[in-house]
Amino acid sequence: MYPENFRYSKEHEWVLVEGGIGTIGITDHAQQELGDIVYVDLPKPGTRVEQGRSLGSVESVKAVSDVFAPVSGEVTAINPALADAPEKLNADPHGDAWLVKIRLSAPGELEDLMTAADYESFIGAEK
Amino acid sequence: MPLASPLRRTALNSVHRALGARMVDFGGWDMPVQYSGILAEHMAVRQSVGVFDVSHMGEIEIRGREAARLADYVTTNSVAKLRIGQAHYSGLLYEHGGFVDDILVHKVSDADFFLCVNASNQEKDFEHIRAHNRFDATVELTSDRYTQLAIQGPEARATLQKLTAVELSAIKYYWFADAQVCGVPARIAHTGYTGEDGFEIYIPPAESERVWARIFEAGAEFGIQPCGLGARNTLRLEAAMALYGHEIDASISPFEAGLGWIVKLDKGEFAGREALLKQREKGVTRKLTGFEMRSRPIARDGYEVQVHGAAAGWVTSGSPAPALNKNIGLCYLPVGLARPGVAIQVVVRGQPADAMTVETPFYKRAR
Repeated sequence: MYPENFRYSKEHEWVLVEGGIGTIGITDHAQQELGDIVYVDLPKPGTRVEQGRSLGSVESVKAVSDVFAPVSGEVTAINPALADAPEKLNADPHGDAWLVKIRLSAPGELEDLMTAADYESFIGAEK
Repeated sequence: MPLASPLRRTALNSVHRALGARMVDFGGWDMPVQYSGILAEHMAVRQSVGVFDVSHMGEIEIRGREAARLADYVTTNSVAKLRIGQAHYSGLLYEHGGFVDDILVHKVSDADFFLCVNASNQEKDFEHIRAHNRFDATVELTSDRYTQLAIQGPEARATLQKLTAVELSAIKYYWFADAQVCGVPARIAHTGYTGEDGFEIYIPPAESERVWARIFEAGAEFGIQPCGLGARNTLRLEAAMALYGHEIDASISPFEAGLGWIVKLDKGEFAGREALLKQREKGVTRKLTGFEMRSRPIARDGYEVQVHGAAAGWVTSGSPAPALNKNIGLCYLPVGLARPGVAIQVVVRGQPADAMTVETPFYKRAR
């Protein structure tokens, strides 16, 4: 369920780092908790984000939730598919429905994040 | 240190959990917010039939020789005009004209009135009514004696009809019958909080699981769905029905909330009447108004509303409207702006987003 090559935050974001660029999304657990997602608000490319700070928001029918940056850096791309089809976040949160790509400014921050196994026990304990 | 009191549960709690519902703390009650998803549940009610466990709602019964006089004294609508078997929407007001609660009053007999009240207000309502009881009447908080199920949607009648001998088409809108559902004594009311046709039934809690199961068998051919509080909220918002704590509360009067139709100033003395008379003379300064977003963001409860860059009011409820494919809301605006066709901005995370005031209800079912 939770890819081994991702790292996970306590706020239920994931990051996959390839060549200094981190692809960021929300976890399957997060999309399940949120329910039907109807709107995604993302920063413009070029925005600098800081680990643990809000980088945007995801809205379900019921409520709006902040998305926190799992790592610091500069936004290099946002997922264009989500503007018209936010429901993709419910269908494929670990794949097609990534949110943003970030050029990492402090790769050491990855040490603060959880492995897939750690994240699974983390959400197991949360229940 | 005071310990947090445990969440209260309806008789169907384990049924909801077995169905995989997401449960939330709703005013101290452990309630299902959704089962399959708010959008699917919302559309089931608009297109077919859905069932809500709303047993958290409170019941208060006023009985006795002067029951009608007490009921008339504590509520805004005219109890004297109710016929036996009829119900109406009404308000319980403080002397200053703000809402204690919004309620349904059912006339069971000349000496027996059955009130359905909001879950989190029930103790407060009960004390409020008791405090005004200088009549030959008794007031009882009887919430524990009822499971309340709302069966709502265009196929609600066909579903429920399979389980009762009462001819449901003979129960007019906002009338009720005391009869049986699945052989269980039931109060069957042609009422609802969805903007759709439907019924609300009150049954003994001990029979809840059996009746719930039979309703789902009866509705299977229509694709009946269990529905949670999430869909209940989006449905009532499309129908522009007030929710206590959002559109109305102790600081809001019926005139401000667009509920002048439940106030009968000429019926004689009642709690809040003096304040409302003054308000009618002077006029109100703000009024509840519907709006739809004309930009992408979604308005949410509590967001500021601006007109020409200046603060003008606040959003009381805001959400996507699943059946209308737009984002809608209700807000308070100065009375001069409280009409359809006014350009407003809703401040969403610091950014003003364009919206337009519109007529309510947003959704009206085809009759």
